[in-house]
Amino acid sequence: MLLRRRRVALVAFTGLLAGLAACGSSEDENTLTMYSGRIAPILSPAVKQYETASGFDVKTRYGDSPALAATLTEEGKNSPADLFFAQDAGSLDAVEKQGLLLKLPADVLGRVPARFRSKAGAWVGVTGRSRVIAYGEDVKRSELPDSPLELTDEKWKGRVGWAPRNASLQGYITALRLVEGEDVAKRWLEGMVANDVQAFDSNIPVRDAIAKGEIELGLINHYYVAEAQAEDPDYPVKVHFPPKDLGSLVNTAGVAVLASSDDKEQALAFVRQMLSAQTQRYFADSSKEYPLVAGVQAPKELTPLADIPAPDIDLAKLGDLQGTLRLMRETGAL
Amino acid sequence: MDAAAAGRALGRRLPPAARVFGVRRPPLVLLGLGLVVGLAAALPALYLVFAVLDDARGALDAVLTGRTVGLITRSLGLAVAVTAAAIAIAVPLAWLTVRSDLPGRRVWATLLTLPLVIPSYIGAYLFVSALGPRGALAGLLGVERLPSIYGFTGAFLVLTLFTYPLVLIPLRGALQRMDPSLEEAARVMGRSPRDVFRSVVLPQLAPAIGAGGVLVALYVLSDFGAVSIMRFNSFTRDIYIAYESGFGRTEAAALGMVLVLVMLVLFAVYARVRAARALHRVTPGAQRPAQPVRLGGWRWPALAFCGAVAAIALVLPVGVLLYWATKQISSGLELGALATNGWHSLAAAAAAALAASLGAIVVALLSVRYPSVVTRIVERVGYAGYALPGIVVALALVFFTTRVALPLYQTLGVLVFALAIHYLPLAVSPIGASLLQVPPRLEEAARGLGRSPLAVLRTITTPLVASGVLGGGALVFLHALKELPATLLLAPIGFDTLATDVWHQTSFGFYEASAIPALLLLLIAAPPLYLLSARGSVAS
Repeated sequence: MLLRRRRVALVAFTGLLAGLAACGSSEDENTLTMYSGRIAPILSPAVKQYETASGFDVKTRYGDSPALAATLTEEGKNSPADLFFAQDAGSLDAVEKQGLLLKLPADVLGRVPARFRSKAGAWVGVTGRSRVIAYGEDVKRSELPDSPLELTDEKWKGRVGWAPRNASLQGYITALRLVEGEDVAKRWLEGMVANDVQAFDSNIPVRDAIAKGEIELGLINHYYVAEAQAEDPDYPVKVHFPPKDLGSLVNTAGVAVLASSDDKEQALAFVRQMLSAQTQRYFADSSKEYPLVAGVQAPKELTPLADIPAPDIDLAKLGDLQGTLRLMRETGAL
Repeated sequence: MDAAAAGRALGRRLPPAARVFGVRRPPLVLLGLGLVVGLAAALPALYLVFAVLDDARGALDAVLTGRTVGLITRSLGLAVAVTAAAIAIAVPLAWLTVRSDLPGRRVWATLLTLPLVIPSYIGAYLFVSALGPRGALAGLLGVERLPSIYGFTGAFLVLTLFTYPLVLIPLRGALQRMDPSLEEAARVMGRSPRDVFRSVVLPQLAPAIGAGGVLVALYVLSDFGAVSIMRFNSFTRDIYIAYESGFGRTEAAALGMVLVLVMLVLFAVYARVRAARALHRVTPGAQRPAQPVRLGGWRWPALAFCGAVAAIALVLPVGVLLYWATKQISSGLELGALATNGWHSLAAAAAAALAASLGAIVVALLSVRYPSVVTRIVERVGYAGYALPGIVVALALVFFTTRVALPLYQTLGVLVFALAIHYLPLAVSPIGASLLQVPPRLEEAARGLGRSPLAVLRTITTPLVASGVLGGGALVFLHALKELPATLLLAPIGFDTLATDVWHQTSFGFYEASAIPALLLLLIAAPPLYLLSARGSVAS
């Protein structure tokens, strides 16, 4: 029995070594390597558009944006990656600060409004997503607050959910600190915690908890609901764009080229494709995000980008995450 | 059983060299191999040292806060509670499935081990769907909402149900190897069966219970999936938050170091439990299985107990998965991708199990047969990889491979290596426990008859600890099957496994779609578990 097992294990191991050898030799000329924090079902059709246009192949490693940012940091100059596509500005900033990203040419940066790209010029936003208050069937439209700051009101006690580990919520709190001041942000966080806000792991469980009726309101990004509605038109969660106090702040998902890439020209061609009218329209249609390039229509069910009060802050300042995390920990929000 | 204790046993004070290098010198080959394995297993901890030294001041600031103390206390509290509950469940299950005439012992043993394969984040999500405030149970009972299971209760429940097999597996092995003559002697001398269990059986099982318990505690300390879905603030969750905030390399590393320190303290406690004891059989001769105990009327409560544990830990989650799977099947399946991912999971996990078992034999042999400060360090360092969250192990391998072995980076070999060092202790601990039950006299006799140390290892020791090796290998296999962070970061691009498939689906919110790969994981795990449960069980 033991012998037989040994033989089986030996055969399996030899097979693995053969597989390993095969994997090592697959490095090939017309291939780009991308690390992506965006998930395959959304990203791969956009990648296909690039592959068709360029004749290049893109090999994509999928993962969580922050984990991939940490990986790029540890890899340093030896990274096999040419491109990094992240869910949030924070992850891109973190890699940019390590000096690992290529400064993008002006024609690429210029396609996107200044507030949706890195101030230092090493990453560019591809799509925008708005913060919203998602609400379930038990809530009447007239009850909906004009501002997230009103959620500290007694009447919402225990009825609201959020995802404190999520980069977009942290981005909102940073913006609140910069625009309304440290005190307002602190009082809001304390008020939310005192009001028994329900903390979830990420945005999707918040949305699902609203659908199940565990909670009634949730502070999330608009497109999570849009995705669910695309699957099921009767999905029992709707979105509300709160007009006050940065309630519908727009965050961005963006892309960068690694400075260590051995094919920067093709990598830049990929970035240009992401900012082309064709791919921008694809994102708007499929994941219901805001296109950031002028001339491409936003999904019509969304509040037009121009009507969302844009706070006059640059996203680079949102990089002051450390201060936000400290405040969130102090107030017990994290 | 350390050098000092061995010295006391010899009735004299040891010279310093013997205290460090041991009373019995290990063969050089074995020591060399041990150092190689130890170094490999130390890589995650070494990486933390590098990362902390980058910014020692910041690291200290990150760690020296009241928050750290609070989180460690919470995590330890959860770990202790889960470990106690896991032992309380595993001891009766092990005894019933090895020593009694319970009907269908092998099937029970297999079923009751399977919950280990359910990834904890999936398990937690399933429990929230079933038992959450507005879950399926609330619907069945017709009530508006159930009391919340989030927080400690939920984390405790899920982690206990998915980790008790970590105690059950080594415990079953130990029971199978136990010399029945001691119990028989006690019975002949008029002790009641209950008395015999308490005074004769339990003390012999202590190493296996201790070994399994340590694994459960470390699993709980390093788990991220269950605590995050159950919304329990734990120490590991803080490490992830540090990574997620994008700048937290130093902070995360500093917190990881604290986790390693906590592990070392835990170990010092465990070492006392495992203190030197002669646990091997006292009579010469071949291993002889015990006569099964007739349960008689107790058969029904026993069956009810096994059934209840299986119902909550296996049938409930699998039921929800099957329900989701039927919904999914109606909307189409990609069989080809499933088969490929299944094969990838199987191959990577099997290779990792083989590599970890080989390494673990070396480590266990050194620490049990040649105890000394050196061998103890090798053993304990090996546990660091298991106490640390998967993301730390993965990043450690990224760090070292891109610096010293770039051509190997993101090949299957590095992934298998990472999985093997991550789960090494899972194999070390059952092998160590089984080795404690093998009389060293046998090995000495073979040496006396002129066999070389390696020949003794191959022909005498290894066959005698085979059940420990298989048990340990199986534990590594089961864990490697569901491993996620290292697989995501280290596998060759496009090398999807069932676990990464589950992750892709759940990160999109498609929990239903994750049901089929999750069920396939269980299917792959079942045959080896069944074979394992057959080995050495009571003669039928």
